[in-house]
Amino acid sequence: MPLPSPFHSRTSARCRSLLWKDWAGYHAVRSYRSCHEPEYFALRHAAGLIDVTPLFKYEVRGPDAAAFLAHVTVRDITRLSVGRVTYLCWCDGEGKVVDDGTVARLDEEHFRVTAAEPTLSWFERRTRGYRVTIEDSTPRLGALALQGPNSREILRRTTDADIDALKFFRVAQARLDGVEVFISRTGYTGDLGYEIWVEAAGSLTGAERVYDALEDAGRSFGLLPAGLDAMDVTRVEAGFIMNGVDYFSAHHCLTEMRKSSPYELGLGWTVKLERDPFVGQAALEREKRAGSRRAFVGLDVSWADLERVFAGYGLPPELSSTAWRDGRPVYDHDGRWIGQATSGAWSPTLKKNLALAQLESAFATPGEAVEIELTAEYRRHRIAATVIRAPFFNPPRKRA
Amino acid sequence: MTAIRKSGRYDAVIVGGGHNGLVCAAYLARAGRKVLVLERRHVLGGAAVTEELYPGFQFSVCSYVVSLFRPSIIRELELARHGLEIIPLETAFTPRLGDRGLCRWSDPARTRREISRFSPRDAEIHPEFSLAMTKMARYVRNLIDSPAPDPTSWNPVELWRLLRLGRELQRQGSDGVAMHLRLLTMSAVDFLDRWFESEVLKAPMSVSGIIGTFLGVRSPGTAYVLLHHYMGEIDGAFRSWGYSKGGTGGVSLACARAAESFGAEIRTESAVERIRVAAGRATGVVLANGDEIEAGTIVSSCDPRLTFLGLVGSKHLDGDFVRQIERYKLRGSSGKVNLAVDRLPRFPGREGSDFLRGDIAIAPGIDYLERAYDQAKYGEFSERPYINAVIPSIMDPSVAPPGQHVISMFVQYAPYDIKEGADNWPAKREAFGDAVVDTLAEYCPGLKESILYRQVLTPWDMEQEFGLSEGNIFHGELSLEQLLFQRPAAGWARYRTPIRNLWMCGSGTHPGGGLMGAPGQLAAQAMLNSNGKPSSG
Repeated sequence: MPLPSPFHSRTSARCRSLLWKDWAGYHAVRSYRSCHEPEYFALRHAAGLIDVTPLFKYEVRGPDAAAFLAHVTVRDITRLSVGRVTYLCWCDGEGKVVDDGTVARLDEEHFRVTAAEPTLSWFERRTRGYRVTIEDSTPRLGALALQGPNSREILRRTTDADIDALKFFRVAQARLDGVEVFISRTGYTGDLGYEIWVEAAGSLTGAERVYDALEDAGRSFGLLPAGLDAMDVTRVEAGFIMNGVDYFSAHHCLTEMRKSSPYELGLGWTVKLERDPFVGQAALEREKRAGSRRAFVGLDVSWADLERVFAGYGLPPELSSTAWRDGRPVYDHDGRWIGQATSGAWSPTLKKNLALAQLESAFATPGEAVEIELTAEYRRHRIAATVIRAPFFNPPRKRA
Repeated sequence: MTAIRKSGRYDAVIVGGGHNGLVCAAYLARAGRKVLVLERRHVLGGAAVTEELYPGFQFSVCSYVVSLFRPSIIRELELARHGLEIIPLETAFTPRLGDRGLCRWSDPARTRREISRFSPRDAEIHPEFSLAMTKMARYVRNLIDSPAPDPTSWNPVELWRLLRLGRELQRQGSDGVAMHLRLLTMSAVDFLDRWFESEVLKAPMSVSGIIGTFLGVRSPGTAYVLLHHYMGEIDGAFRSWGYSKGGTGGVSLACARAAESFGAEIRTESAVERIRVAAGRATGVVLANGDEIEAGTIVSSCDPRLTFLGLVGSKHLDGDFVRQIERYKLRGSSGKVNLAVDRLPRFPGREGSDFLRGDIAIAPGIDYLERAYDQAKYGEFSERPYINAVIPSIMDPSVAPPGQHVISMFVQYAPYDIKEGADNWPAKREAFGDAVVDTLAEYCPGLKESILYRQVLTPWDMEQEFGLSEGNIFHGELSLEQLLFQRPAAGWARYRTPIRNLWMCGSGTHPGGGLMGAPGQLAAQAMLNSNGKPSSG
């Protein structure tokens, strides 16, 4: 049975739709009203407040914390300065991705790692020789994502932090309505946004005070509580992959076919090969030399084709307003299977039918024409799609 | 015409109406053979039986959970149409004194939280362990769905099968091969020590390695049996265990109805006294009442010792073969205690019954389990035994009156050969029952006051009542040297016997016991494929 998050008193009071799902063992709102679209538009045009507590969080501390994280992840964390955050993944010994997440350097010897799956044991098995301790802080930390163009103004009115100094992928300690928090300039929506990390303990808890303060300040800025359905559309627009949807952790794969390397997930840019040994290094070097079998791409699915297929049945085009994640085969022009689209969504902002896909490397060049399966009136069709670069949605304010 | 010749009234007489005998009968009847099943008791099912021992309470007297029953049998014999219903178990609860214990749930996040109370590391590694075990179980599962491979044969079909098994093993990589080797040679505890640190988790997991064997959790070779618990499958979902609605007898009854639908005849209270053999051929059976029944083929679903040394008689067999059967390890090590209770058992620290919708393991520590084994080694039952209890009436209220429950307890160790001699078990039966109830009552205050009826089955009782030699629930230990092409004897792993026209189809044949139905299915297929060739190894 899922647990309530530290914000549950607030989220449950606002979730009129009763649409919940189980996210990593916590109750999580899918959408607060029966339709998620107002929340999506708030995220893109005003601000949205998302409870992201279920993310797994680990505190890595000690004189060798940086060296340890450099050893277990694909990035050279020793080069990360205090107050900065980075995105990365970690691999098994064969260079296949186990999980992806962020690492924040809170001080010289203290890092906070986020992960989609439990990782404590995986980290701990690799600590020998490093002066480092790892704490699973998931149960004691609540996390809120405040995302959208107005998020900065809302935060400016609620904290003592120097918000303008808090640049993209920075983190700072601050007080929010008197409550000690960490604020990072990060998010999963591809927009201007922040994540706020707060201790969950207490009676009228710090977590609830933080929630109330943000909501109060947000009232003049169009803030809405937002659920996972709205966030899912924004993360597809942002081209962010999701563990368990766009790839499977190497830990859970019964077959080699299912595993992916960072290069095959578009995460090659996070891999720094030339440095001290790290887990999966040799295999990643080999793959870098030999080239990868598959590549991660964006797809722009033809609207004209979609319309044409449905018109053939006398129907207007049918398109879900939520993101899909059920996986669809992708073919070349001869009908040969070349990979799969793993999630996608209609982007109300870009007016494009978008998908994230893993294809044979030969088809990874932007502009490449492929075909994707479409089911219409219970029948399968193949319609045109064009390989395009992700992120699809990438406004200047994202990095501002 | 195949080996099942038309002579007398029946093509085949099957000795024993347990689930394997009935599965075999159904397959033979489905292929158009005229089949008769003879069951000694008044009910069908053998050790897979439901009986109303106390008014209003249906007991799964012996076998009490279902997992390995072959899905192909369910499909091919249309057992769902014949009344088979299986309700999945949802939890695995290990109570502890002075603590709320450990409950593993079907919800992985909840299980992770429960295990984290004892070890956050173990909580996380559990899914990885399951994945590794599932990979291996999938390999071994190839072996149980087909006749045992024969490494001594040059027959191209046999060589091809061995080659394929070898290639699949290779595909698991050097890590996979190393893990198989560890599983074959290590003890359950040593094997689990490589993964887990918390004894609260390891103890209940390790017992999977000793069920039905006369070994301890620290005995080498027990790791292999852990795999059997990862091979279970219900509706394509691996590793799941379930109750048969109405009790385990429901499985047997569905098989019996299927057999009858194909025209098989089934008689209860028809004890076979001996198998008639003339000039090295089985020609029929002689019943306890003196009746004789002729048949072209005789199929024994009884264990190898009862079949050859009891029903056939050693004078009809070669001395070397007799020795192989005599040395076949049965040595039952477990008992069964069944209770009717007037209320739901209560475990301090936990409310309601959600955590009881599965099995309850009394396995508070590795040393506890090893001490229980120590007593058995020297001919005593364990005063504080390992208990695997289920309360099927929570999930299936049809087996008890409203608000009341049946508790089915598998208990290990209860050695067949107690130091006073197996025949003295009746004098110790109630003392054994007391030890079991006392043990559970330590975790479950108020249990004793709630008992309306108690049935205690010792290994001796199982031999007397169910014909299980030495009370072995699997018709012979599932240790590696008695599996695959060695079960029940080298050279006789393909359901044939040294007696022409006599076949075996019980759990003493490949792939063994555990309510799989596979021996009955594979034996029937072997008979139907035999093309009347003379029976030689």
